[in-house]
Amino acid sequence: MHGLVNRSIQTFLRDTYGSDLWQKVAAQAGVPAHGFEAMLTYPDEMTESVLSCAAGELDKPLAVLLEDFGTHLASVEALRRLLRFSGAEYADFIEAIEELPGRAQLAVPEIDLPVLDLQSDAPGCYSLTASGLRSGFAPVLAGVLRAMADDYGALALIDGPVSAGDHATIRIELLDTRFAEGRDFQLAMPKS
Amino acid sequence: MDGSGLHSVTLCDKAALDALMPMHLRIGADCRVISVGPTLAGIAPDAALAEMKFDDVCTVLRPRPTGPGCSPGSYVGRRLHVALRAQPDTVLRGHLIALPDGSGWLMNLSFGIGATQAVRNHSLTSSDFAPTDLTVELLYLAEVKAAVTAELAALNRRLESARLAAETQALTDPLTGLANRRAFDEGLAGALYSAGRGQPFALVHLDLDYFKSVNDTLGHAAGDAVLARVAAVLRAETRRHDLVARVGGDEFMLILRQPNGECAVAGLCRRIIAGLEVPVPFEGVIARISGSLGVVQSDDYPGGSAETLIADADNALYAAKRAGRGRVFTHRGGILTDRGGAAAG
Repeated sequence: MHGLVNRSIQTFLRDTYGSDLWQKVAAQAGVPAHGFEAMLTYPDEMTESVLSCAAGELDKPLAVLLEDFGTHLASVEALRRLLRFSGAEYADFIEAIEELPGRAQLAVPEIDLPVLDLQSDAPGCYSLTASGLRSGFAPVLAGVLRAMADDYGALALIDGPVSAGDHATIRIELLDTRFAEGRDFQLAMPKS
Repeated sequence: MDGSGLHSVTLCDKAALDALMPMHLRIGADCRVISVGPTLAGIAPDAALAEMKFDDVCTVLRPRPTGPGCSPGSYVGRRLHVALRAQPDTVLRGHLIALPDGSGWLMNLSFGIGATQAVRNHSLTSSDFAPTDLTVELLYLAEVKAAVTAELAALNRRLESARLAAETQALTDPLTGLANRRAFDEGLAGALYSAGRGQPFALVHLDLDYFKSVNDTLGHAAGDAVLARVAAVLRAETRRHDLVARVGGDEFMLILRQPNGECAVAGLCRRIIAGLEVPVPFEGVIARISGSLGVVQSDDYPGGSAETLIADADNALYAAKRAGRGRVFTHRGGILTDRGGAAAG
């Protein structure tokens, strides 16, 4: 798994649950002493081990932990901004969600995300299917979708994911695109 | 554009043009601006562009105009670099076509590679761009590239400091902090290279005397304290650009760069012996050692190998041992000379 994913998981665990938990998990999962490097690649088993050890330590179902991780990802300002480039409103964001793996690969060609397929059965109602090698990460996507609804100020119901074989489906029901004041987003990065 | 009626109607519909090309400029046959796309109008809010002459609205930077009052017709089909006179710092990419029946021209503009700056300066949003315009994707890429480059730079910094630490570790004797055998071998190779270019050096081989008995009678901790003291003496007696290495348990090598003649080196060696012979108190007992030294001068070995210098320094060292220890011997032209024992004071 790409180091960016591993480092994000590390940051999420450390910032949310403290360095003691991270040290414990890292030791159990055999993570290198200085933690993950964002620009290197690690064996998939190590990532899986980190996640299952963390879920065990926290006494949380893995899916819940993954969804929290997704929420955390969308709260990282740099990532939140990159996600907001997908569309001016939450509906645009959803409609463009299939491009997400492609956008990620524009940034880091080696990154490996699930294949996404979006179907709409009624206005504002979607089912989003993640398939392929990384479909186990569908709960992360659900977390991102929830957090981004808040970010855009939209009201949406996110259900699932429901897994079947090598794919997982998330239901999205968009109730109100302008439910609340969204967080600020300017196309040009604010000068720091 | 073949001038068919269908094309004329479509191209002249202002609402359609605004939607399709929010940064267009329509120019009449009289070279005056007829209409301006909403995003372009937004960039130059204080200037009423309509009705103005093409030349007063914008400057074509590339290709260079061939003369004043150049007709838009000369730019048809070219890749244009254009700046609005009201915003000379924002360079736009342009494409101009002739409208049917000589009714004028239509120019479409977009932000080139300066998109980030332009979008910031004019507070544009994604609704200011046509859905086919990739400017927003360009901004996304610029931002993502900055983030990835920052990560790579951070990784490089961490790797570099790890490399430096590993290198220092690999070249240092952990007990004394002096250079180790590997560092000495590298240093001697470098010194021989410099000696071939007129920068001579002296090579000193030092072997401690009575160190084994300190270890045996007072223990290894006392031995370690003595070694630390030896390192301090050697550091104090040498200069910054000299190299002091611990190459064995109680063996040291010194590379003294640009020595001030044989006598100065012998004097320095006698001072080292004096320093080594100062008793070292350790946990209520006193440890006493001395040292024997063998010296060679690189000047005596033009084109000589490291092995030869080391072997001769060795010979001088063992001559010093045989002569009763605590002495300095030099090796010159096959002759071993006793240069005395501990310097007074």
